[in-house]
Parts: sequence; structure tokens; C-alpha cells
Amino acid sequence: MKKNCLAKTFDILHGLLVPIVLLALWQWLSSQAIVNPMILPAPTKVLARWWEYLMPVQAYDPATSGYLAWMFSGEMIRDAYASMYRVTVGFVVGAALALPLGLVMGAYDRVYKLFNPLIQILRPIPPIAFIPLSILWFGLGNPPAIFLIVIGAFFPILMNTIAGVRNVDGIYIRAARSLGAGQATMFLRVILPAATPYILAGMRIGVGTAFIVVIVAEMIAVNNGLGYRILEAREFFWSDKIIAGMFTIGLLGLAIDAGMNRLNNHLLKWHRGIENK
Amino acid sequence: MTMQPHIRIQKVSKVFGTGGSEVAALDDINLDIKAGEFICLLGPSGCGKSTLLNTVAGFSLPTSGVVQVHGETVRVPGPDRGMVFQEYALFPWMTVEKNIAFGLEIQKQGWAQIAGKVDALLEMLKLQDFRARYPKELSGGMRQRVAIARVLALDSPVMLMDEPFGALDSLTRRNLQDELLRIWMELKKTIIFVTHSIEESIYLADRIIVMTYRPGRIKRDVSVTMPHPRDPSSAEFNDLKKELGMLVMEEQSRHNQEEIKAPVAD
Repeated sequence: MKKNCLAKTFDILHGLLVPIVLLALWQWLSSQAIVNPMILPAPTKVLARWWEYLMPVQAYDPATSGYLAWMFSGEMIRDAYASMYRVTVGFVVGAALALPLGLVMGAYDRVYKLFNPLIQILRPIPPIAFIPLSILWFGLGNPPAIFLIVIGAFFPILMNTIAGVRNVDGIYIRAARSLGAGQATMFLRVILPAATPYILAGMRIGVGTAFIVVIVAEMIAVNNGLGYRILEAREFFWSDKIIAGMFTIGLLGLAIDAGMNRLNNHLLKWHRGIENK
Repeated sequence: MTMQPHIRIQKVSKVFGTGGSEVAALDDINLDIKAGEFICLLGPSGCGKSTLLNTVAGFSLPTSGVVQVHGETVRVPGPDRGMVFQEYALFPWMTVEKNIAFGLEIQKQGWAQIAGKVDALLEMLKLQDFRARYPKELSGGMRQRVAIARVLALDSPVMLMDEPFGALDSLTRRNLQDELLRIWMELKKTIIFVTHSIEESIYLADRIIVMTYRPGRIKRDVSVTMPHPRDPSSAEFNDLKKELGMLVMEEQSRHNQEEIKAPVAD
């Protein structure tokens, strides 16, 4: 047990080696005034700016707000919330459209042949390329941003759902039919769960795409959110804030992926791929 | 009603493929099965025994002829003819008890009723300790117990079994054969059991239907009258084994010769 703990500590230190060396190098470069701080500010400066970005702007005043509300009144928290709101709404709408269509397309060849050509034409268009059209259609603000995220999440989920349904082992269908399953039961309790490993893989890709798209969309269509904030910082030449914002985006992306992974493991407890744990 | 056979297979033929690559899998099969009979379909692979079982199950309909169960012509699969597959076919995303309850939930039986039946079946098949497990956590023998319980839950008078113990080791296999006989005697099911094991068929069946290799026809209909439990080392058992062995070997060698001429998938 003790040895295990020691080995774990060693692993962590081992993994931290490269980042620490790079940070030290970066700090040294900045302190020697080799690079212009406007181009590359010192890591300590970035960290300070990140902290300032995170913390509430005003001093705590019990008269105007509760402590918790004050704690979350920092600019970063509000930006992260705005970005997450867009990702969530866009992802949920995208998934709600892709999932039923994917199930039906996967199960019925006729429906597949009906929709597949259109999808093959639309799918290679990067969601970013929809920006002009989305602004034309929806104006500025949340609607065009969410529209882009819907598109970004839709295709990976759709493609994987189709593949998942097509790969359902015929033996499950036969077993369910002989047990008396009707159409609805077949879809909801056999085909859908059998296809979940594929669907969840598609959702993971979809959420990743949605996160990329939200940052870009915020640079164009709205005036808050993490993507907007780093573009705004550039206008003021706040390079430390740009990097602080990027760092936050990275952390949030990591958190989303970890969350998806947890959900995956929970929903696929029964699956072969994750035998241990 | 009592005069009528439980399952009647009449002039059933089945042809796979079309045009030049037609394969006659079944040819003019006639078979009457009484309620409560334990039938084994025996033959080498490619003799159409699984095809015949599938026509009774309703998974694939005969090209000509009719299959009737309880006087009704089989057109689709249904819960009155429960099927146990060699590959278990348990739903891996459901626990043992959910798998067993699946057919009952489809029938919209009451919650308490389902729970009672599932409990009884878990006990009958000695699965109590595994009720909350997923299929991947079970051995092959345990999985097949669950598959049998899932079919028994439906209370179907007919049980169709497609080489259910083919993938199990010999000890587990004997163990499940005994369980199956116990269940069959207790619940009085009509069972059609596909196997290519001669010993298994003698150990289990009231009647053994030996089938010919391509096209599948009934080569011999053998009644087994030895009382249960049957002793595989007895003289009677071994005489029958020898006799059936010769019948099956004839078909097996036809199978081998055809394979040398033109390799076939199966």
C-alpha cells in the first residue's frame, strides 16, 4: 500500500517535470527581457491576471448580495457560465435532433437512402462556415451561436448513431422478437441500449466540436463568454488576459471531457470494453 | 384438441438463394410432435436442423409447406415458442433479473407479479446470488441458465433450443442437461432441441430425428424409451449410440465429400 502510494507520487512528479521546466524557461525568458512582455508576458503575471479575472470585481458587501452570489460574480465565472449555457443548449438540441433521426436511418434502409445524400453534402461543411448564414438568419446574440453549436454537435452524433444501430447484433433482435417485443420496445429497450457505446462515442466527439464552435461563435456574434473575452483582451493588448482566458478554456474543456468520460463509464457498466472498474 | 399434435410440420421445404446458387436446405419434412414430448434434431452441420427449428420459431418461413403450433400456422416469432440460442443472446445491458423480467414487462404484467415470477425462476435455476450481475460477469453455464429462465418466464408451452449447450465444457454441459430434464418433467414443456452430439440426444430425448445432409430430410425417427436418469455407460445406451453413430457418419461423410468438391460456408 505504502509502495503503491509512493509510486503514485512519483508518477505525478514525473508528469509535472516537462510543464515545470517549460514554465521555468518561460519565466526566465520574460525576466531577462528577451521577449517583449506585450508578446509573451511572464507566467507569474498571467497567473495574477487569471486570479483577478476569477475573483469578484467589487468588494463583498452583504447589503447588496449574498456571499455565494458575490463569490460567483467574477467576470470569468460569468463568462464560463455564458459559454457553458450555449454549449449545453446547442448540444441538447443537436442531440435531440440527431438521435431519433440516426435511430430511424440506422434501422430503415429506405429512410437511410432518403436522407443520406443530403447529409453527405452537408456534413463536410465545417460548422464555422455557417457563421455568415447564421448571422444573416438569426442576427446577433445567442441564437446564431447556439445554431452553430447545434450543427457542430449534430453530425458526429448522427453518424455514430447510424453506425451503432447498423452494428446491433442480429441475435438480440431475434431474441427480443421471440420474447414478444413490439416495435417500440425493440427501439427503446434493445436497439438503443445496444447502440449506446457508439452513440456515447459520438456524443463525446459532438461535445468537443460544440466547445470549439462556441469559442469561435463568441468571437463573432456575442459580447460575453470566454471566446469573446480573449478577443476583447487582444483589442486592449492584454496578452496576459488572453493567455489567462485560454487557460480557462482549456480547464473547462478538460472538465467537460472528464464529465463525459464519467458518464460513459456509468452508462456502459455492462460493456466489455471497461471490464475493470 | 387432445387428438391434435402440439406441433405439426407438414411437407416443409426450404430453399436458400435464387437462380444458379440455390441450396435446398429442407426437403419434404413431415413431423408430428405431441404435447410434452422432448425431441432432438440430430445431424451433421449443414443438415438443416437449425433451419427446421427456425421455421417453427418463425424466424424464417418455409418455402413451401406449413408449420402449425396448437393448430395455428406459424408466421412470426412469438412468446408462445421461447427460443434458447447457442450464443445465449442475453441482453448485456440488463442485469440477470432484468433479462428474465424482459418478456413479462412486454406483456405489461403487474410489478408484484413479475417480481414473484423472477424470484421463483432465480431459485429454480440457482441464480439467486447473481440476480444483480451483468451477463459479462457470468460463466457460459450461468449465462445459459439465465437464457433458460428468460424463456421459462413466459410460460410458453414450447421451448426451442438451438445447440444450447454446444459451447459449454462437458461437466457444465451434463449439469445443465440434468437441470433441463428436471425442468421439463416438472413443467411438462414440449421441447425441440437441436444438437450434433449423439450422446446428448440419447441422454435427453423421447424421440431423436436424424436428418440427412443437404437436402435436409428425415433419415430416421428413433424413439428412446429408457427411463430417466439415463446411464451413458449402460449397454442399451451404447447400442443406440452405435446405431445412431453409423447413421450420422453416413451423412457426415457426404458432407465431407461435398466440401472437398466445393467448399461451403456453414
